[in-house]
Amino acid sequence: MTINLLLSRLISALLVIFGVICLVFLLLHMVPGDPVEVMLGESARPADRAALRLALGLDRPILEQLFSYLNGLLHFDLGQSLHSRQPITELLMQRLPATLELTGAALAIAVITALPLGVMAALYQGKKQDSGAMLFSLLGISIPNFWLGPMLILLFSLWLGWTPVSGRDAPGALILPAITLGTALAAILARMVRSTLLEVLHEDYIRTAQAKGLARSQVIWRHALGNAWLPIITLLGLQLGALLDGAVITETIFDWPGLGSLLVESIQKRDYPAVQGCVLLISVTYVVVNMLTDLLYSWVDPRIRIGET
Amino acid sequence: MSDLLLRVSNLKTVIGSGDSPVRVVDGLDLEIRRGETFTLLGESGCGKSMSALSIMRLLPMGGHIIDGTVELDGVDLLKLPEQEMRRVRGGRMAMIFQEPMTSLNPVMSVGKQIAESVQLHDNLRGAAITKRVVELLDDVGIPDPERRAQEYPHQLSGGMKQRVMIAMALAGRPELLIADEPTTALDVTIQAQVLELMGRLKREYGMAILQITHDLGVVAESSDHLAVMYAGQVVERASCRGFFNKPLHPYSQKLFDSLPTEQKRDRPLSVIKGTVPPLDSQFIGCRFADRCDHVFDRCRSEVPQWDLLSEGQGVRCHLYDQIDPKVGTLCLPTETVVEPCEQEKRDKPTLLSVSDLKVHFPIYKGLFKRTVGAVKAVDGLSLAIKEGRTLALVGESGCGKTTVGKAILQLIRPTAGSAKFDGDELTQLSRSALRTRRRDMQIIFQDPVSSMNPRMLVGDIVAEGMVAQSIGVDHADRQERVERLLEQVGLPVSAINRYPHEFSGGQRQRICIARALAVNPRLIICDEPTSALDVSVQAQILNLLKSLQSELGLSYLFITHNISVVAYLAHEVAVMYLGRIVEQGTVEEVLQTPAHPYTQALLSAVPVPDPERAKERIHLQGDMPSPAVPPVGCHFHPRCPQATDLCKQAYPDRVVLSDTHTVYCIHTER
Repeated sequence: MTINLLLSRLISALLVIFGVICLVFLLLHMVPGDPVEVMLGESARPADRAALRLALGLDRPILEQLFSYLNGLLHFDLGQSLHSRQPITELLMQRLPATLELTGAALAIAVITALPLGVMAALYQGKKQDSGAMLFSLLGISIPNFWLGPMLILLFSLWLGWTPVSGRDAPGALILPAITLGTALAAILARMVRSTLLEVLHEDYIRTAQAKGLARSQVIWRHALGNAWLPIITLLGLQLGALLDGAVITETIFDWPGLGSLLVESIQKRDYPAVQGCVLLISVTYVVVNMLTDLLYSWVDPRIRIGET
Repeated sequence: MSDLLLRVSNLKTVIGSGDSPVRVVDGLDLEIRRGETFTLLGESGCGKSMSALSIMRLLPMGGHIIDGTVELDGVDLLKLPEQEMRRVRGGRMAMIFQEPMTSLNPVMSVGKQIAESVQLHDNLRGAAITKRVVELLDDVGIPDPERRAQEYPHQLSGGMKQRVMIAMALAGRPELLIADEPTTALDVTIQAQVLELMGRLKREYGMAILQITHDLGVVAESSDHLAVMYAGQVVERASCRGFFNKPLHPYSQKLFDSLPTEQKRDRPLSVIKGTVPPLDSQFIGCRFADRCDHVFDRCRSEVPQWDLLSEGQGVRCHLYDQIDPKVGTLCLPTETVVEPCEQEKRDKPTLLSVSDLKVHFPIYKGLFKRTVGAVKAVDGLSLAIKEGRTLALVGESGCGKTTVGKAILQLIRPTAGSAKFDGDELTQLSRSALRTRRRDMQIIFQDPVSSMNPRMLVGDIVAEGMVAQSIGVDHADRQERVERLLEQVGLPVSAINRYPHEFSGGQRQRICIARALAVNPRLIICDEPTSALDVSVQAQILNLLKSLQSELGLSYLFITHNISVVAYLAHEVAVMYLGRIVEQGTVEEVLQTPAHPYTQALLSAVPVPDPERAKERIHLQGDMPSPAVPPVGCHFHPRCPQATDLCKQAYPDRVVLSDTHTVYCIHTER
């Protein structure tokens, strides 16, 4: 049963990824702009352009290009960067660790702040603590990354001089980008924790747990959060997309050498294979994480794991 | 050690604060002795659950105890610090709840949940805890306890879950077990099992039970003493036997009068007029005065005091006052005007005839969603309803009776079989023809709250069917008809411009009935229309249904699990078990001389509100099997006390006992 479940999830995931590849490929070629022009400059002679186009294989019909790209994918060959002539896989592997580090740190910040904040808001529903937490959450949701990032740089790097302005090499460089990226997620998550916990706290089994003589903290951590986890996990999986989205902007602001900034540079240079590679990697990550969320969900919830008897 | 275990005096609990807090418990006095079963009896909203939660100090958010004492063995629980109270809770005093389905944590195995209690209240560690958990599960009669301890709540049936709840409560070896409607959510055969279990455990553990119920039958079966609650106060206290011999308070008497029974078939049930007063109001006189048949001047001006008539028996009513005793007037039965009952005829034409109806829900599995089997919710069912008559379809939850109703209306398309309505084959009708036919067949659902769109006005809800069926010439005409309908079901015309949530449960069910009547149906399928209602409200709805039948010549398919409602209302009865009818006949035949062992067991499991009439009970073991894999042979044989090897061979043939009485059992003698 579990094998079957895994298999069907895997097949639908592959279909989604295939769709993404085709769509991005076609879209990129439809967008105005020409890599050859970017590489040779506007004053290049038409003959040189044609030669370069031939060399890069850009003269072939678009479907043929797509097929050869897909064919390459089957052999884990993502092609070469039009710009640096570096293999795309190598390029991605250089940039991936930085993005993983950033999103991981942002996720950790989000969970670490949101969980206690949401629990506190739920326990003090309608009181000052609740309003405070929800105000923070409202701010976190409404402040965009591209504003929060520069503000943090202004405050902590330029005025206080505590953290480096940009890059990844200096110690403490991770702090500001991670906060920038994690705030929105923390805000959404705190709301989610609060509302699910409030819902769960009204369930009959919470009363049962109290009637046993359990202490309040045990009731909350063992019984209430045990059940509140389920919707929170789903939200986390879905929000990962937003996190990767945000990474593109955040990395650009902080000049963080990750996938996001690679993507932006490649788009500017019309480096088709590089853009393609970035999008592919991001979409695969997203699909895989969501698949893992599903599996985790069924592992956490015995009603799904074991099924009705 | 004194004999008195729990003494509650002048307990007052409010919910909310500000100008008019709701006084849910208003001066409760109780005494419970060791080893006895004490019952708090009352209808919903009278404060009985809140009393129990106050005693446990488990009030929901916003609830406060403002006055009184709760002494357990001389110690005032209300003065204990929370930390010490936690040791009492689940230790000396444990509680089980009404809804076993939702009262267990769904993501924790039942063994772990019981182990939590054991760990808190027993000085055991490690393997000893596991051993004790298995012991407890064994104690509450769960077969194969080692394996069950590993399972999760969703893998257990309702009855099993309630047993697990009881096991959890027993973990602290309580002196007092508070049971809040412990069997209300369970089927009657399972209810019998759980009541018997509680009785046995009470003796074995030597504990007292504070039982909360609205069911007079359950009270009669299991209590020693009882108190009747009304609007936050105890209005009568008595020994069980004394109470059933002669209920004193007018409210208690009304509760008995509104019970449907076979003897009351020929007259409308007695009803309590009006509704329970809101508990945030200020009371000047007796709280029951506005609804009481014996009300006199003093009732409205002076609060009746508690009259202790003898040891353990008391009542809060001016009629029993020493100064102005009016007790004499009270023993007269409150006879309502008997409407002449319509002469029953058997040779009426058949309106609906269903034959060999099957509804199978396929089970999909695997990667390609192959069909691997089917849940046979309804598996070859035949029945017929005559014009102007009521057929009751009786069975326990999960037997497929609701599916039958929906399949007849073609709300679920049947897998096979036929349903003929007035000569038309419903299963063959085209969509548009079926739509027109729908005006003849209507349905009333169990839950009047969720079966109405909360954003629609009552007038629109009732008129919607007329619009759909183009009944009535224009809006004004329909409006007039809606007004007539509302009057017919006993609602004020002003209801038209109000929303469903402004009405009480009984009133909402009246709106649902008006909605069904709006298209002039000939058949109404009533799917447990009274099971969400209190007894006194149920009586009103049953009266209404009965008088509508005699006025309009309606036919009812009455789907229910309540045998006393069947006895009061039905003409014919069909008993269903696991998708099939096992016995069918007139109401006298089936209820007086049940032929199928299942019918016999079902009838014997119904608690009778009469402690003198101890009856022979047939105990069914286990639960109903899954309709996906019904047992081979007779579906009932694994639970049947009369089963032989022959029963496992094939499904029994139909045995005709009389023109109207048929049964499917090989042990029946013709």
